[in-house]
Amino acid sequence: MELTKLIARRAVQLIIVLLFVSFFTFLLVRLLPGDPTDVIIPFGTAAKKAELRSDLGLGKPFFEQYADYLNNVLHGNLGKQYSSGRPVSDLVTQSFPVSIQLMIYAQFLALLFAIPLGIYSAYRAGSRADTTINTTGFALLAIPNFVVALFLSYFVGAQLKWLPTGGYAPGWLDPLFDGTRGADIGEHFNYMLLPAITLALGQIAIYMRLLRSDMIATLQENFISMARSKGISNRRILWRHALRPSSLTLLTVVGLNVGALIGGAVVVEVIFGIPGMGLKITQAIFSREYIELQGYVLVIAVLFVLINFTVDFLYTILDPRIRRGRSAT
Amino acid sequence: MSKPKPTDIEKRVSAAGSTVTQSSETLLEVSDLTTYFRSSRGLVRAVDGVSFKLDRGKTLGIVGESGSGKTVLARSIMELLPRSGLERNGSILFEGTELIDFGPKEMRPYWGAQMSMIFQDPMTSLNPVMKIGNQISESIREHLDVSKQYAKELSEQLLVSVRIPEAARRLDEYPHQLSGGMRQRVCIAVALACGPKLLFADEPTTALDVTVQAQVLDLMATAQNERFMAMILITHDLGVVAGRTDEIVVMYAGRIVERADTKTLFSNMKMPYTEALLKSIPRVDQPSHLRLSTIPGRPPDLVNPPEGCKFAPRCAYAQDRCTQEEPPLREITPGHEYRCWFPVGTPEGAGALANNRAQGTTATGLVFQEPEVATTTRGDG
Repeated sequence: MELTKLIARRAVQLIIVLLFVSFFTFLLVRLLPGDPTDVIIPFGTAAKKAELRSDLGLGKPFFEQYADYLNNVLHGNLGKQYSSGRPVSDLVTQSFPVSIQLMIYAQFLALLFAIPLGIYSAYRAGSRADTTINTTGFALLAIPNFVVALFLSYFVGAQLKWLPTGGYAPGWLDPLFDGTRGADIGEHFNYMLLPAITLALGQIAIYMRLLRSDMIATLQENFISMARSKGISNRRILWRHALRPSSLTLLTVVGLNVGALIGGAVVVEVIFGIPGMGLKITQAIFSREYIELQGYVLVIAVLFVLINFTVDFLYTILDPRIRRGRSAT
Repeated sequence: MSKPKPTDIEKRVSAAGSTVTQSSETLLEVSDLTTYFRSSRGLVRAVDGVSFKLDRGKTLGIVGESGSGKTVLARSIMELLPRSGLERNGSILFEGTELIDFGPKEMRPYWGAQMSMIFQDPMTSLNPVMKIGNQISESIREHLDVSKQYAKELSEQLLVSVRIPEAARRLDEYPHQLSGGMRQRVCIAVALACGPKLLFADEPTTALDVTVQAQVLDLMATAQNERFMAMILITHDLGVVAGRTDEIVVMYAGRIVERADTKTLFSNMKMPYTEALLKSIPRVDQPSHLRLSTIPGRPPDLVNPPEGCKFAPRCAYAQDRCTQEEPPLREITPGHEYRCWFPVGTPEGAGALANNRAQGTTATGLVFQEPEVATTTRGDG
């Protein structure tokens, strides 16, 4: 089967990319100027610094250090947060599911609105409805998300008191990483709704525009005329015939956004007090927790690579021609 | 309408006879159909007053160059044109029902079920991301009240009937896995799926390899005979319609310039344009490496067409009269109409030719080129 071959070849590429990624996160700490221990714990005692030095294996040859680092990572050992002595892997498993859930909700909301609006505005391209949808979309895109976040937090949270202004309750994904907490899903969604809306609003316009322009091109295709000549409904023509071939660009951008949102929703996480990776990364930077930072960066980078690997795979499902096209080159 | 309206009983009789028995019954009657597009340059008169009749089970050929309006005519009859900027008037009677004022909603039950279309380019007319089986069965499921399973079986039978080998396996394949000829067969299967009474074939073989052109045309003829289906075969190639049609309409600049039964058209053509089209087909009995005869010039601008006969600027017969007065469509014998002041094979035509030959140019300034013999040099085209 050509598909399994393709996956196998992609998996090899994936491993190579992951090795590169881990190497660069490894360099993150090794390339600190001077003695890394002076940067990481500038006011630490000589004994503490010696301990850190041996933890990092700084006395060993360079590639042996990398091998040790890789070995540790593969065994789930990402080092320690020096201020508290807690393992970085614990901190990651706490914040990782939070960010993932927020990202999923934001993307879900964005696509839920962007796909039907994109299809409709392509179908009625140039009409008043199309212009209205586009103008509204761009207006939302133009407002910085901290403004939207503060606005929602203030009006919906503080004034109307419909939803909490900030905070977090664990949802369905947290127990998988951290079994100790019981989850109240309703409570979880109460906390997540406003941040998810904030993140989604900025993306609806982008997704909609991407889909709209690809869709307009697809609707000019001969196979659409042919589908019309079969007497099938407009709804079916738009959703079954035109959507799939028009969604490759959208998929690419969604894939990139998904990766970017995991560590990049800093502003929203700070405003709504959500303990996701964006918030943790910021804190780690300010408190010079380089080992902790290295852990987050590694997780995000690996996830980014995995997501784009999935996107590549989804292309072949969306457009069967790619299977052949890619394997031929 | 000048014709008396049929009474209720007559209507019912004709509806009852709409199976097979009444072979001469009119299926489609197009009268004075115009199709204009509004553009920034002005009104594009793509179809300008076309009338014809088509009986059940018969084949009509529509012949003309690119830009003569033949594709627009077919899409206009089927109402498949984009509606923005479109002006469409006249009458289209399909089984006695007037379709001209129908919108897409009213037309949907007709599309695919009553009339269907085969498009020119099979490489782009199938959806690249849908399985072939689904592309056939969705039409069946839309128009016939059948189960998914039955629709699938029917799709397979259709693929068998268009001579696609290993039909069952092909149902699960995508268009890119098939050759051009195979794809056109799939398109034919799609068009035939719901047993339409009228099939439009818009240059169905133009994009195909020469070796499969005849196969595809034969296949369409077989399907047509089996189903007693009427067909409108659109082509720029008189060679394609020869022997495959009952009647031929020659179009130029959105108008019918000659209409006759196939035999008459080939043996006794009256319109110089028809003659020129026929001359531009390469023939086996000609010496090899002979430069092909071409029609000089280009089809006229449909926004500002020339005065008089639209073909005059490219016509070897053109006289002063042709540039001033547009000839009407005249019926010479029953069923044979043409639009020309100096028809081919008449004393007027011969006189016009002799005059132009003597002067070396036609009345429109075209360098005279003998229409009878395929010459080895071109005019000023």
